[in-house]
Amino acid sequence: MAAVQGGLVDASEEKDIKTEPSSDGCGNNDTNDARPLSTSPGSNAPGGNAKTSSGSTEEQQTLLAVLQFLKKNNLTESVEILRREAGLPEDSLDLKGSDSSGASSGGSAGGVDGVGVDASALLSRVTVSSSAGVQAPMKTSGEDQPDVNVVLSAYSQQGDPALYETYYSGLKRFIETVLDCHRAELSQVFYPLFVHMYLELVYNNHENEAKSFFEKFSGDQECYYEEDLRVLSSLTKKEHMRGNETLLDFRTSKFVLRISRDSYQLLKRHLQERQNNQIWNIIQEHLYIDIFDGMPRSKSQIDAMSGSLAGEAKRDANKSKVYYGLLKEPEIELPLDDEDEEAENEEGKPKKKKPKKDSMGSKSKKQDPNAPSQTRIPLPELKDSDKLDKIMYMKEATKRIRLGPETLPSICFYSFLNAYQGLTAVDLTDDSSLIAGGFADSTVRVWCVTPKKLRKVKSAADLNLIDKESDDVLERIMDEKTASESKILYGHSGPVYGISFSPDRNYLLSSSEDGTVRLWSLQTFTCLVGYKGHNYPVWDTQFSPHGYYFVSGGHDRVARLWATDHYQPLRMFAGHLADITCTRFHPNSNYVATGSSDRTIRLWDVLTGNCVRIFTGHKGPIHALAFSPNGKFLASGATDGRVLLWDIGHGLMIGELKGHTDTIYALRFSRDGEILASGSMDNTVRLWDSMKAFDDLETDDFTAATGHIHLQDNSQELLLGTYMSKSTPVIHLHFTRRNLLLAAGAYNP
Amino acid sequence: MAEERRQKQCSVVLPTESMKAMAESVGVGQLQEDSCVALSEEVSYRIKEIAQDALKFMHHGKRRKLTTSDVDNALKLKNVEPLYGFQSQEFIPFRFASGGGRELHFYEEKEVDLSDIINTPLPRVPLDVSLKATKEQQKSESTEPLKVVKPGQEEEGTIQNKTQGTTATDGKGKEKGMIRLKPRSTHELSVEQQLYYKEITEACVGSCEAKRAVCLFYGDSEGVRVNVVQNNLALLIYLMRMVKALMDNPTLYLEKYLHELIPAVVTCIVSKQLCLRPDVDNHWALRDFAARLMAQSCKTFSTTTNNIQSRITKTFTKSWLDDKTQWTTRYGCIAGLAELGPDVIKTLILPRLSVEGARIKAVMEGPVVSNIDKIGADHVQSLLLKHCASVIAKIRPQPDNVEQYRSDYGYLGPMLCSHVMKARTQAALQAQQVNRTTLTITQPRPTLSVSQSGLSGSSGPRTPSIIKVPSSLTLMSPRPGTPSQPSPPATKYIVMATSAGAASTQQVITLSSSQTASPVTSTVPSASSTLQPLVKLESGSGTGLTGSRPLQKYIVVSLPSSASSSLENKSSVLPTSISSTQLEAGMKLDRSESPGASTQSPH
Repeated sequence: MAAVQGGLVDASEEKDIKTEPSSDGCGNNDTNDARPLSTSPGSNAPGGNAKTSSGSTEEQQTLLAVLQFLKKNNLTESVEILRREAGLPEDSLDLKGSDSSGASSGGSAGGVDGVGVDASALLSRVTVSSSAGVQAPMKTSGEDQPDVNVVLSAYSQQGDPALYETYYSGLKRFIETVLDCHRAELSQVFYPLFVHMYLELVYNNHENEAKSFFEKFSGDQECYYEEDLRVLSSLTKKEHMRGNETLLDFRTSKFVLRISRDSYQLLKRHLQERQNNQIWNIIQEHLYIDIFDGMPRSKSQIDAMSGSLAGEAKRDANKSKVYYGLLKEPEIELPLDDEDEEAENEEGKPKKKKPKKDSMGSKSKKQDPNAPSQTRIPLPELKDSDKLDKIMYMKEATKRIRLGPETLPSICFYSFLNAYQGLTAVDLTDDSSLIAGGFADSTVRVWCVTPKKLRKVKSAADLNLIDKESDDVLERIMDEKTASESKILYGHSGPVYGISFSPDRNYLLSSSEDGTVRLWSLQTFTCLVGYKGHNYPVWDTQFSPHGYYFVSGGHDRVARLWATDHYQPLRMFAGHLADITCTRFHPNSNYVATGSSDRTIRLWDVLTGNCVRIFTGHKGPIHALAFSPNGKFLASGATDGRVLLWDIGHGLMIGELKGHTDTIYALRFSRDGEILASGSMDNTVRLWDSMKAFDDLETDDFTAATGHIHLQDNSQELLLGTYMSKSTPVIHLHFTRRNLLLAAGAYNP
Repeated sequence: MAEERRQKQCSVVLPTESMKAMAESVGVGQLQEDSCVALSEEVSYRIKEIAQDALKFMHHGKRRKLTTSDVDNALKLKNVEPLYGFQSQEFIPFRFASGGGRELHFYEEKEVDLSDIINTPLPRVPLDVSLKATKEQQKSESTEPLKVVKPGQEEEGTIQNKTQGTTATDGKGKEKGMIRLKPRSTHELSVEQQLYYKEITEACVGSCEAKRAVCLFYGDSEGVRVNVVQNNLALLIYLMRMVKALMDNPTLYLEKYLHELIPAVVTCIVSKQLCLRPDVDNHWALRDFAARLMAQSCKTFSTTTNNIQSRITKTFTKSWLDDKTQWTTRYGCIAGLAELGPDVIKTLILPRLSVEGARIKAVMEGPVVSNIDKIGADHVQSLLLKHCASVIAKIRPQPDNVEQYRSDYGYLGPMLCSHVMKARTQAALQAQQVNRTTLTITQPRPTLSVSQSGLSGSSGPRTPSIIKVPSSLTLMSPRPGTPSQPSPPATKYIVMATSAGAASTQQVITLSSSQTASPVTSTVPSASSTLQPLVKLESGSGTGLTGSRPLQKYIVVSLPSSASSSLENKSSVLPTSISSTQLEAGMKLDRSESPGASTQSPH
């Protein structure tokens, strides 16, 4: 793990490596700090590299491992740099190096063939068990890619395979007979135990026992684990374990369970009485039991939070402070041109506008206590055109319709006709003037939905001819001959899965199956940059609300933060256990949310690169995320057809909206946050009363300390409307500045 | 359930024969059984792995269908060369072959001559992707009274491709610049459909010129508009009958086209002028007919979301209350309202009787203004009398005093009084008759149950015969055509018609009581037929044979006359799958619309 992240600046090194997540999402990103955001525009870099060196011994060990790795590969320069930055003494490396290599040679499973990386190891990925580091010694010595055997070695313990079923059913019997209040909690143990026992059997070549074990007990598992069980069921041989991602997820990350102290004691006593070491060992080694004091949780409480690939989030994972407030809007000296335009457009009432602007949430006077400092993340300075756009925005905002349960938005649906099942992504500009579609045939198409046509800038030769002093020079540089309603952008070599307009409407980002993210100019309609870094399909990308930065995430399980003028990522957010399926920027640009196929949502701090929130509760891959306009809440939609609402500040689930019958691909809050719109594969747009959902929460007595939430099942009360389309899945939603809802999708005849 | 499925998942492995077949295809002759097993397990595992990855691509491609390109992408992910040649086809036709006890599925690839490909004319270029905006509007914003904008109407209609603008009428005019209409897609009708519509229109408009036929084809409202302008009464009647036919057709779902139909019908009710010579032509009948049509559509389609009935009522009342409204329109409004039922008459028409009476009086007794006005007033008067009398008879207590009526209803009072009295006597007479008859046809809730063995319990779909209402009367009898009731009913004549042709299995049974003279015709198939027995009711006069088939025999069976209707009621509930309430509903529907149906009945 550390090997990948530790400031590996060499792109060539990075290329062949898919990072392997570790169990603790926070720890592994510390190395990001080594590289300050010095690349950011204009301003000075914030002091992010304060806590790099030797915080804990574990961290130091990681660093040493990296150093060793670098040295091994004769990257002496990098070694130097890293050591200097980390402040490690020169001799520490050798000392520790011999240490750990000794440990590895003494360690189990001699399958460390340091020389060759065979074909299957190509499929497998780098696996460094930073979590396993506590139990097993770290294995970073003389090998290029730690072999899977190392990871699996923990399974080599030999118990009598025939007894596994007895053990399991014995425990099952015990849990079924305990008091009701403990039963639900202890039942959580079943699934991880089942998986690990099965894998142990498979690893030790007891194929038949494994099969019968699976058949006997797989039916007992919760239905939301069905996907994973399907993967497991196909895995019946030791050879298959090489390179199986799901397996590695189980092995490299500890399954997290939250159990009350009483229940835990009960379980412990039982296992010790029975001398049931097999199960006890698994619990010790592969599970992380987060013990809390207090009442055991109920079944529904547990169900609400479980479902992710690696159990629930640890409680302390969601404890760090998140600055979810909005940034102060820059003061724009509008009076002058404001009044000008006001007079032009309508019989101006500037007096009326001023107070309204304040109420709009720009909060120009006071700094929100929850907001990050203005310069926490260096943001690009506003250009004149941006200021004009802001003014336009405010004007539009005054005409905005106030939505509510009584006044629902009208919906305008953009249907893509003749798309032949090929539409894969849609985005609209903030002012709703352009719409772009990404297609499976590798093209990106941009349409203009206002009467203004799309025009290219003239060629360089022609540009020389125009009078640069004239007032309408911006108009003159455009080539009238190229005016058309839509433009096609060619460049990708695989389906385009993610698409995003820059806030200033000058650029467009697209991410594709070919592993690149491309930046397109909407002035010239050409590709400006291809950002290479992901080696696998990039599922989603999004511009920051302030422009300049963007985030991308894909099959390699790493989300990357980029700046448009750097061809290498500024940050890498690693921690997810499966593909990153969607990425979203927080409205204040300081955080990034990523949803994943491991059924968790993580919130990352852009400044430090740390994971600050892990939300579990979805039962399927997450395909849609949306921040509320005030930055306090997050909504997520998944293949399970449910929308979940999260309180970012407290790190809690606060609502569940049931109703959709298929994958939710689009989520959007109205401009003032009163309405949440969700669009799904089931051809419907649904509107939800988000105000009510959030209000109900505040009246609850808040159990933030324990994090045990009681969700009321009030989806039906919150559902304000369902709008069917005939045969058009909804894959994008957008609220115009005046709160008209725009939806988009491809018509499937 | 889930458990079973999972167990299956666990054990699914490719058969070893496939391994052998594949090995042979690449030239490996003798493959050990052990290696086959090992291979098939390995291959199955890898295939599952790839399928799981391919699913990811499907999800991100926002599709429900896994395509070959998904599999290719999944292979690419594993650094395996994708399979070429499967891209274009949506469905891969595997062929099956067997021989020597072995079965084989293979993908047939024909050798294609390159010159063939070059010489064949190019296929049509597929249409390029285009963008279309449609708007779903909230109810509160739709201002036009007769435009029904519903969620679900977002896609284009299938049958009509009109030329008028979309439903994107923005009530508040906001975001007007936003919605730009892209070229709309036309849905092509199949050849059969086109022929069908051609036939229909030709039948409707007869020897009319082609242009009008086209009009009709494009929608009734267009046709009505054209014909109203041209005052072509005959055609309008045809058109209304076509609307009626459309409404009666249970296979058509007219909900989405109501905004086209209703204005057309309303026009025919209230238009100032519908014919060239209003003094001679009987456009009143058209108005009556259209009004009934309107009432019927209100009954069928009015829901809480579209509020057709209240909107229609409002429209009628508004133009009726206007003093300047012409008599023709006035007539239409009243007719339209009256057809909506006694409740509407009670609340909307009765209070205005005196005002209306004064107006009629002014025309009838005042100085002669024009002949047309007089005719109009006359018609309005008779219309009011016709509709109001029955309602008043129900709501007013018995002694009918002429003076009382005059004070209550003004000019129309005395006439009303006499009509009411007539209505009362008629009602009384009918009641008497009802008491004597044993067949329940004229009862408020008639039930008739006859059943046929072998056909019970199948309350299937509609039949395409002359049956008017698919009401669900089942015939109960052990043998076809001889209804035997558990207890003998009253004097009853059952007229049975057996068609002569052996192929045609239609039978028409007419049940009628001698006193009421309201025959019932039921069309039943013979026992061998699989058609659903259905009964057609008709409340015409005369014991006519209503079957439209030629060559029919009529058998008259008279049954003993001492049964009560209650017994029959019981029997109807017995073994049939259809509850008696359903029956009643069906019958009522039929009765209520039967006057309007006269145009259709095959007399």
